[in-house]
Amino acid sequence: MKMDLLTSLYVFMLAAFIGFEVIRQISPLLHTPLMSLTNALDAIAVVGAIILTGEHRSTLSTILGALAIVAATSNVVGGFLITDRMLKMFKTSGPKK
Amino acid sequence: MTAWLGTDTFIEIIYLVATALFIMALVWMRTPATARRGVRAGEIGMLLAIGGTLLNHNIIEYKWIAIALVLGSLIGVPLGMVHMTAVPQRTALSHAFGAFCVTLVGTAEFYLRAPNVPPFMMSVLAMEVILGALTFTGSLMAAGKLQEILPQRPITYKGQNLVNLSLLAIAIAIAAYLVHDPSRVHLFPLMLIIPVFFGVLMIIPIGGADMPTVISLLNSYAGLSAAAMGFVLDSKLLIIAGALDGASGFILSVNMSKAMNRSFSNVLFGAFGQEQVASTTAQQARPVRSASAEEAAAILGAANKVIVVPGYGMAVAQAQHKVRELYDALSKRGVDVKFAIHPVAGRMPGHMNVLLAEADIPYDKLLDMDEVNDEFPQADVALVIGANDVTNPAARNDHSSPIYGMPILDVDKARTVMVIKRSMSPGFAGIDNPLYYLDKTLMLFGDAKSFVGAIVRELGGSHN
Repeated sequence: MKMDLLTSLYVFMLAAFIGFEVIRQISPLLHTPLMSLTNALDAIAVVGAIILTGEHRSTLSTILGALAIVAATSNVVGGFLITDRMLKMFKTSGPKK
Repeated sequence: MTAWLGTDTFIEIIYLVATALFIMALVWMRTPATARRGVRAGEIGMLLAIGGTLLNHNIIEYKWIAIALVLGSLIGVPLGMVHMTAVPQRTALSHAFGAFCVTLVGTAEFYLRAPNVPPFMMSVLAMEVILGALTFTGSLMAAGKLQEILPQRPITYKGQNLVNLSLLAIAIAIAAYLVHDPSRVHLFPLMLIIPVFFGVLMIIPIGGADMPTVISLLNSYAGLSAAAMGFVLDSKLLIIAGALDGASGFILSVNMSKAMNRSFSNVLFGAFGQEQVASTTAQQARPVRSASAEEAAAILGAANKVIVVPGYGMAVAQAQHKVRELYDALSKRGVDVKFAIHPVAGRMPGHMNVLLAEADIPYDKLLDMDEVNDEFPQADVALVIGANDVTNPAARNDHSSPIYGMPILDVDKARTVMVIKRSMSPGFAGIDNPLYYLDKTLMLFGDAKSFVGAIVRELGGSHN
């Protein structure tokens, strides 16, 4: 399914606006977990690498694709893991004190 | 499995759901109370997207996919388990991995498509590869500097900016030529290799103190290169994820540059050509007042309101757990203790908050610069631990100071200022701090961890 390039540009522009609006509201308190989370989400590039590898169109593309999967998957796993570890530590002085 | 499951429409719907989950993940990151829900949403979105992709009927061979997924997970787990002080270099490394993935896919796509690449496609492909390659090596360099494998000191030479910018210009010129004539396949490796070098050269002149800005900037580049890959592969999901990541990195780098008083254009292409501050070694030994742990404890114990100003020196000294004990001991006496977090207090945006949260300090006591500056005049004591330049009043009133204009924490407005410091040597930027010579300032000379420990003992609140 070929997508109109102009449509892609619209999608990009709207996503960038949403990104700016949503991320501006995130407290500086959480900027480190934010960066590791967006990093994990960014590793969605793995889907492109999976198709590239699986289509097996040339030896080069399969090798590069497989390496790309390794790199992106390590970001997915490591990124979500560390984000959750960090967020687990954030506690409020809350009602119990 | 019915044939319907493998259709493009079905997979696109899965991607649509994943996209929504990604956006919700960021929305939930707004507050610590919902942030973990955000991580769950992101994880579910990711699993859906990967699962959906595996249904794609163009995939004829699963063996290498499976091996690569397992291998990547095995590498990812230790990277997710690093110590909190190592999070900045881990983040830099993951930017490198992300950019590596994007560059490889872009390269493969070019060789599969060449020589018939339409101009727009070639433009985004070139952008993907150039941004990806320079982010890859740039992030590796940043990770190396943060891990202190590479020298943290900036390395500069005459004409550095000219060399760097010309390299980038050459890469862009090659890209333009390939857009014009994509059959010149032999030019592609050149377009790939130049940004690889550029990435290294870009980071060489940047010092350790600028790392928060650099990491954010590389984050933004990594996102943009992924978005470019989305254009190449016709993937809306990837375009959106890349745009979100790019926007996030962009906002963070603007924040960081403001916090360090750097101009915006300075940020866009890295902290190029920052002026090297000649360290003023000719400083006369001016009198300072120093105090013992006992005296410090007496003042802190009698205070109503104490604001602690932690800097990276605190983390280097591994003093955060002792600081928590101090917080506990003072809170028990009814002292109101808060923490003032400068945006560049750690090695990456928000890093100091993570380090203090790890030490079990409640996050509602961690205030950022704008919130806390109004509170200093009411504070009895401002206790500075391992921070220097971010407390330097010269940034506010000394036009000749190299850090003039940088937003600082107004610690000098507190009734008493205490500074824990090893010696009188100046900080990262080599700038003397007039704060130390004020009448209200008490210098507490010593290692942050043992000195805070000594204060806690004096207060009778030590755990050991």
